[in-house]
Amino acid sequence: MSRGARRSRAWPALLLLALAATPAHAHVEKGQAAGFLAGLHHPISGLDHVLAMVSVGLWGAQLGAPAVWLLPVTFPMVMACGGFLGLIGVPLPGVEIGIALSAILLGLMVALEARPPLGLAAGLVGIFAIFHGHAHGTELPPGQSGLTYSIGFVVATGLLHATGIAIGLVHRWRLGAIAIRVAGALVTAAGLVFLWRAVT
Amino acid sequence: MRRLVSALAIGLAAVLLPARADAHLVTTGLGPVYDGIGHLLASPEDLVPAIALALYAGLRGASGGRRALLLLPLAWLAGGLIGLRAPVTFPFPLGAVSFMVLGVLVATDLALPGGAVAALAVALGLAFGFENGAALAVAGGGARNLIGIAAALFVVVALVSAFVVALERPWKRIAVRVAGSWIAAVGLLLIGWSLRGAR
Repeated sequence: MSRGARRSRAWPALLLLALAATPAHAHVEKGQAAGFLAGLHHPISGLDHVLAMVSVGLWGAQLGAPAVWLLPVTFPMVMACGGFLGLIGVPLPGVEIGIALSAILLGLMVALEARPPLGLAAGLVGIFAIFHGHAHGTELPPGQSGLTYSIGFVVATGLLHATGIAIGLVHRWRLGAIAIRVAGALVTAAGLVFLWRAVT
Repeated sequence: MRRLVSALAIGLAAVLLPARADAHLVTTGLGPVYDGIGHLLASPEDLVPAIALALYAGLRGASGGRRALLLLPLAWLAGGLIGLRAPVTFPFPLGAVSFMVLGVLVATDLALPGGAVAALAVALGLAFGFENGAALAVAGGGARNLIGIAAALFVVVALVSAFVVALERPWKRIAVRVAGSWIAAVGLLLIGWSLRGAR
């Protein structure tokens, strides 16, 4: 059989394959609520995550508009990118170190009340978000819904930022601003402990 | 060149290969219309994109909200009626992609031309309605379930888009955009789950 004849037979077969419908299949969804709760619980299950994410909110509150909403928008989006990389199997070395560094540097930004250009602040938050997403976005407990787990995970992260922003509202008062900077220093100190644990 | 074309054709065929339609069954005991209402409200994979579209339509103003309010349920119903006769589903993660696209639109508050909201509503309605109809066909459901879904959609879109249209303070509109970023983030994770084959 010539190559042309083989090709002329291959195309209809390919078309048939593409159009071949398989039967529909009904099933009962499982693990919806459990998946949501697991996702909701995950970001608050580790102090390193909690401190870093609350720090994002605190820093945003210090910087004011538009950073106060740009940073919390940036973090979940880039965190999802980190989770995506983890889900498709792209390795990310030094995840725990990266998470510890996020607490150190974000805490330092809050403690110093640093005011870098908006792009730099968003970039800093985004880089660390990748580590957080990679570490925790992929740990779906067996038998639970990936969709509701993801919703819970993102909602919890966003609520942690909102908590930071809400706490940061005291920044308008002088004592409040000092208290936030002290809180930032404490986050940095905690980050150093996390880093010590990660490297030893 | 021919090898490249052949490889692309095979890849396209693999992507277009129809998959099985899956449905989860919501039985309220009150009849198929209420089952349809229950289905939408208990299905985040359907409900969240509808809410995201309503958020975006609301951000585009009252005219955008009105377009989505009418077109989304009608297109969903039409797609569902087609799907009832063709029980197959899309071979790509429709939900995840819609989460991503609509979430980014809401987060960026992108000012698309006036007809874009209508086009989005029709596309979303036809696609999701088709999937719902295909799944209902094998689950023993029918047009009355679809009527319930469309009715619930009408209420959801009306409430959500009207809520957003009524927002006047800038920070409240920003809160809507933050919600959009969350939806987009969930969409990206869902694409990851799809590629990983977790579900």
